[in-house]
Amino acid sequence: MPHLLDSKTAYDQDRQIFKPIFTSGRGFYTAVAILASVVGWAIWAYCWQLRNGLGMTGLNRPVYWGIYITNFVFFIGVSHAGTLISAILRLCRAEWRRSITRMAEMITVLVLFFGVGNVLLDLGRPDRALYVITHAHFTSPLLWDISSICVYLTGSSIYLYMPLIPDLAILRDVATGWRKPVYRVLAMGFTGTDKQWHRIEKVISVLAVIIIPIAISVHTIVSWVFAMTIMPMWHSTIFGPFFVVGAIFSGIAALITAMVIIRKVYHLEAYLRPVHFNNLGILLFVMTLLWFYFTLAEYLTAWYGHEPVEMSVFWAKFTGSYAPLFWTMFLTCFIIPFAILCNSRTRTINGTLIASISINIGMWLERFTIVVPSLSNPRLPVEFHFYHPSWVEWSLMAGCFAGFILVYMLFTKLFPIISIWEIREGREVAVPETVARIQTYLPPATTVEEA
Amino acid sequence: MPRWGMVIDLDRCTGCQACVIACKQENNVPFSTPATAEKGRQISWMYIQTEVEGESPDVKVRFRPMLCQHCDRPPCIFVCPTRATYITPEGIVAQTYPRCIGCRYCANACPYTVKYFNWTAPEWPKQLQASLNGDVSVRPKGVIEKCTFCSHRRTKAKETAEAEGRAMRDEDYQPACVQACPAGAMVFGDLDNPDSQVAEWARSPRAERLMEDLGTKPKVIYLKEGI
Repeated sequence: MPHLLDSKTAYDQDRQIFKPIFTSGRGFYTAVAILASVVGWAIWAYCWQLRNGLGMTGLNRPVYWGIYITNFVFFIGVSHAGTLISAILRLCRAEWRRSITRMAEMITVLVLFFGVGNVLLDLGRPDRALYVITHAHFTSPLLWDISSICVYLTGSSIYLYMPLIPDLAILRDVATGWRKPVYRVLAMGFTGTDKQWHRIEKVISVLAVIIIPIAISVHTIVSWVFAMTIMPMWHSTIFGPFFVVGAIFSGIAALITAMVIIRKVYHLEAYLRPVHFNNLGILLFVMTLLWFYFTLAEYLTAWYGHEPVEMSVFWAKFTGSYAPLFWTMFLTCFIIPFAILCNSRTRTINGTLIASISINIGMWLERFTIVVPSLSNPRLPVEFHFYHPSWVEWSLMAGCFAGFILVYMLFTKLFPIISIWEIREGREVAVPETVARIQTYLPPATTVEEA
Repeated sequence: MPRWGMVIDLDRCTGCQACVIACKQENNVPFSTPATAEKGRQISWMYIQTEVEGESPDVKVRFRPMLCQHCDRPPCIFVCPTRATYITPEGIVAQTYPRCIGCRYCANACPYTVKYFNWTAPEWPKQLQASLNGDVSVRPKGVIEKCTFCSHRRTKAKETAEAEGRAMRDEDYQPACVQACPAGAMVFGDLDNPDSQVAEWARSPRAERLMEDLGTKPKVIYLKEGI
């Protein structure tokens, strides 16, 4: 495969991928300015909170956790977009994966920082955050969480970097100016010898296997932060798989949203075709059904058992003060995506985009309606104070979303958002290979003489 | 080794709140303003939970002094990521303020909702600052705090007893709330000492622990009200 590194041909054939790296229009700078000012505002809001304490939030007793923890669960969930999906598609040899894996992997690595960051925002004493490691207490699910997220972050960073190396080598050969030395260092002397290709492919295929259990462990453990307590409607054995399904669900939705935007802004219509959205849409449809199944299982058992402490949380969600949020969640997580995705005529680019945005809103609401109503309805009657997030919390949330988009955008200005060599490999190697592979699935046609 | 516990006779409790005030005074619990109370952020290691039964005019009000239940198997200590909250060998569930990172996981894991968070820096009116108790550390903003069974009094009592070359007696160590109760509704002492008054009260047929079915094994025992 050394010829895949023929940079000149690569540049000529897939110029559209190189374009956003080397040229930036006014739109880009405007977007950076807007996003950076939102992030700046959030940093100011955080300084305010740091100085005056968490009293600047809307939290109270007994609602000790609110938007920050909701965001934490949501962002960690979205991180499942990338590495897990890319790994599964690679392992299944789904050929249509080639133009979406990089985008997906990038979401994972970047969004993880914002997930962990939200836990730090939530700490009363962020200056002592490292005590979690220096004074580690192994029975705490929070420590399990930190361990599994660190492993996931390391794994998915390597998994992002490895397939990036050949592209970095191409960029090194093509780029000029300050970029050239940067790419030279990052490409780590990759010249495309057989040995190097062999190593990279081996690492990718091994990581693709290892990363799947790690990804599943991450969101299972996030759910255990809740499920290990004896709080009503948190203490549930189904929480692990329920959270993993929700994570993949919101992850695919985030991926589709990113794909639509990138396709439009960078004019990558040739690379991100309706078939990609159709296929991901089918996957999203399966996850919609799974989400419904888990939600039904979770609430039906609680309702049928009718334990008073559980029922107070249950009714708070179904008919009480959290009902508007809960039913909006049901509408946006199930009814809207189901209606759009079940039909191939609506499973278009715009259709999957609407379904995806709807799911992202719904999954954020799901995280919120898991965290807050249980806390508002403790076992002992405590004076109830409705939790209204403060401007500081909303600002930090806006800052997190803006920050994520900003870092992602900058990333697309440094690295190809679509894997160049994998597209070429698809054209030149995978097409004949796939034909040959399909032939091995089938019995050879018998001739008349043999019969 | 003693196993410190408390028995509260609800038949004797008048709901006078003397224990609440004594606790705040003893443990440097910051004053709440109407604004903090409205936000649900007042700190009160001890408070009187009131329950109104029946309808007017046939109304009965029940009082229950609520404090940390000092569970033998406290859910809060397992979830703490830094061991800031832990159980001492004598069964007191304690909190190390300089170790607490303020994640509030323990507060969420506690089924009794008796852990309190310092949402803002504590404040006292100037005139009252001189009356702060020097034996109890003032908590900074951003950490969890809770009832300690006045464990600083235990340390003092133990040191005094050692200096006098004798064993510590139950009456040497009494939390502020127990001392302040004008109705004599609370007793405190070693639950494992069968001759102690607290053990005698704990054997009463009226004795109950809150949410015993959760398996937390509280060491605060309530004597149910008669009719």
